Amino acid sequence: MSALPEPRGSARPAHDPVLEIKNLSVDYGYDDPTHVLRQISLTLNRGEVLGLAGESGCGKSTLAYAATRLLPPPGLITGGEVIFTDRDGGKSDILALNDKDLRASRWQDMAIVFQGAMNSLNPVFRIGRQIADAITAHEPATTKKDALARAADLLDLVGINPDRARDFPHQLSGGMRQRVMIAMALALDPQVLIMDEPTTALDVVMQRQIVEQIADLRDRLGFSVIFITHDVSLLIEIADRIAIMYAGEIVEDAVAQDVYRRPRHPYSDGLLHSFPPLRGARRELGGIPGSPPDMANLPTGCPFRDRCAFAFDACAHITPELVTPAVPGDDPRRSVACLRHDPARVAAGGFAPVPVPDQLALR
Amino acid sequence: MSAPQPTPPPAPAARPPVDGEAPVLQAVRMQKHFPVRGFRSHDVVHAVDDVDIDLYRGRVVALVGESGSGKSTIARLLAQLMPVTGGQILLHGEDASVKGRRAFRKYVSRVQMIFQDPFGSLNPIHTVRYMLTRSLRIHRGRLRGTEMEAALEELLTRVQLTPPSRYIDKFPHELSGGQRQRVAIARALAAEPEVLLADEPISMLDVSIRLGILNLLRDLRDRLHIAILYITHDIASARYFADRTMVMYAGRVVESGDSESVTQDPKHPYTQLLVRSAPDPDDLDARARGARGEAPSLVRPPTGCRFNPRCPFATDLCRTETPPLLAVGEGRQAACWGYSDRADRPVLGSVLDAYGERPSADDELLRAVAAAPTKEDDR
Repeated sequence: MSALPEPRGSARPAHDPVLEIKNLSVDYGYDDPTHVLRQISLTLNRGEVLGLAGESGCGKSTLAYAATRLLPPPGLITGGEVIFTDRDGGKSDILALNDKDLRASRWQDMAIVFQGAMNSLNPVFRIGRQIADAITAHEPATTKKDALARAADLLDLVGINPDRARDFPHQLSGGMRQRVMIAMALALDPQVLIMDEPTTALDVVMQRQIVEQIADLRDRLGFSVIFITHDVSLLIEIADRIAIMYAGEIVEDAVAQDVYRRPRHPYSDGLLHSFPPLRGARRELGGIPGSPPDMANLPTGCPFRDRCAFAFDACAHITPELVTPAVPGDDPRRSVACLRHDPARVAAGGFAPVPVPDQLALR
Repeated sequence: MSAPQPTPPPAPAARPPVDGEAPVLQAVRMQKHFPVRGFRSHDVVHAVDDVDIDLYRGRVVALVGESGSGKSTIARLLAQLMPVTGGQILLHGEDASVKGRRAFRKYVSRVQMIFQDPFGSLNPIHTVRYMLTRSLRIHRGRLRGTEMEAALEELLTRVQLTPPSRYIDKFPHELSGGQRQRVAIARALAAEPEVLLADEPISMLDVSIRLGILNLLRDLRDRLHIAILYITHDIASARYFADRTMVMYAGRVVESGDSESVTQDPKHPYTQLLVRSAPDPDDLDARARGARGEAPSLVRPPTGCRFNPRCPFATDLCRTETPPLLAVGEGRQAACWGYSDRADRPVLGSVLDAYGERPSADDELLRAVAAAPTKEDDR
């Protein structure tokens, strides 16, 4: 049995951001908008795999699309900035780019593997040509022959025989199509790769192959990854850092092993106990009672309080913000949005602070 | 590889199997071949081949497999939503194949199905009251007035939608996914079925409410003694919920046994690969890395064992003859020649070691890994 694995993120430089999302807010609808993202801040460091976890409808995909300005109407970015730092240190705000620069930046700097990646290939073109198209669109000087040769190399990179570049998408299995999408995303050597549920439609054996492939490519090519999924146990394996989202807000942000072994937010704790384990003792699990809140009319205070076993009177009135957990000895870089960890805010609001429960203060 | 658990886990409060108890619903060598369209095409998709399933009162059988392995087809066959092309379905030991509307209704009142997508299986223009009322009228005859109200209330209480008055007049769009799935279960229970076929009942739901549905189904098993067939691709939830687990690969059952032993000590190489591929944050080393290949085409499945193109231990025997389900322990079976007593049987090693290298049928490599256990009780 393996000992506690080292947190893999700790070996990397602590602060070399490639993408900084600051106070990003997104509304859906115009007249009576639903605030689906409220003042989200998140930093992706260079070479890091950042996991974004949460239930469906919590805004994790919206965050990815907003950060790349791919959000379709009626989604509307109402505030914040997304700072992208180039390899040479040049900074640009994605949200302020003009159309031409945005078009040049897309795929070159940040590439996305979409949720339905298996179906986002064009069925009437051969896959080699589809990859080559992405290359020639950004580098018009490339000849068609060179672009196709590079497409073949890319397929080889993701473990598909280059001979299959002349196949149509329907001739490939789901897992292979997913790899083609990854190859296409890597075509221009991007610095940030956003993967929106890349393995949800695949079975576990294929999921493992894809995940291994991504980890391997990350080590070879050195890009950063934002990996979006609802499968927390998968994230703990592949991500360096995990951000847990609930109802349009980040509720916890910490190194993967810390989230797994020492969750500080009651929702993270509940989420981790929502997956029956495959090994170890078989025990009764309850999931999280209740259901996710309706984003159109969120309750005041903490959006999780109705489902939370540790809620107290202040939770209904004060909206928690991300703070360092009130557990001595915790990694100072981790943060959690829970009033149990924020006695100062509770006291300022005129309530009596309640200590952190033992379950959320594991060492 | 994780060591066997020292402490026996708390048994999932199932009824102990009663010797000689007859299965409620039984499939005997069930087979389904779908014709492939095309001019003068005689090809068929071998969706399900030679599958035997026994469902007992008050017990849960899980059917685990990847997409396309035929597990949903089995549920549809057992619900008689489509005819089998071979084999038999027996209800209490009698041939249950139905012809005609009336016989089908009668069958349906005993065997009910829950579908994967509660967003699609409930009609959006009807209220919960209407849907449950219809199901009650069809299966329990003319209930009226207070009787009907009491029956509705009881159904909603049974699926833990309490207080019933809060949910009875809602439309599906006013309910969350978990609540909708509970309504779908209530509708199935209105028929007072003996068998419940649950086709991926939790995979469309939010992760935090999945366990609630599984716990509800388990409660129904214990209180109403319904036989449940639980279809899933998540082997961990099969371990949590089911008494027996059957693993399917490419239309055939490759392994069956009680859930705990199948997941903790998988015998068939495919089950081993499946168990070792599932994410497990506690044991990052015990992963089957470097596995290659995918499920075969079911139009022309490989001869012999259907897993042989991906199996690191396959020999010529595996490529030519189809392995039967061989006994590999108490109440356990695996369809792998490695557990037979034939002289030319393959030598099974650990999938972890084999895939660590790179799958190949290289005999030198295989001899290096541990020899397969030989069983006296082999057929």
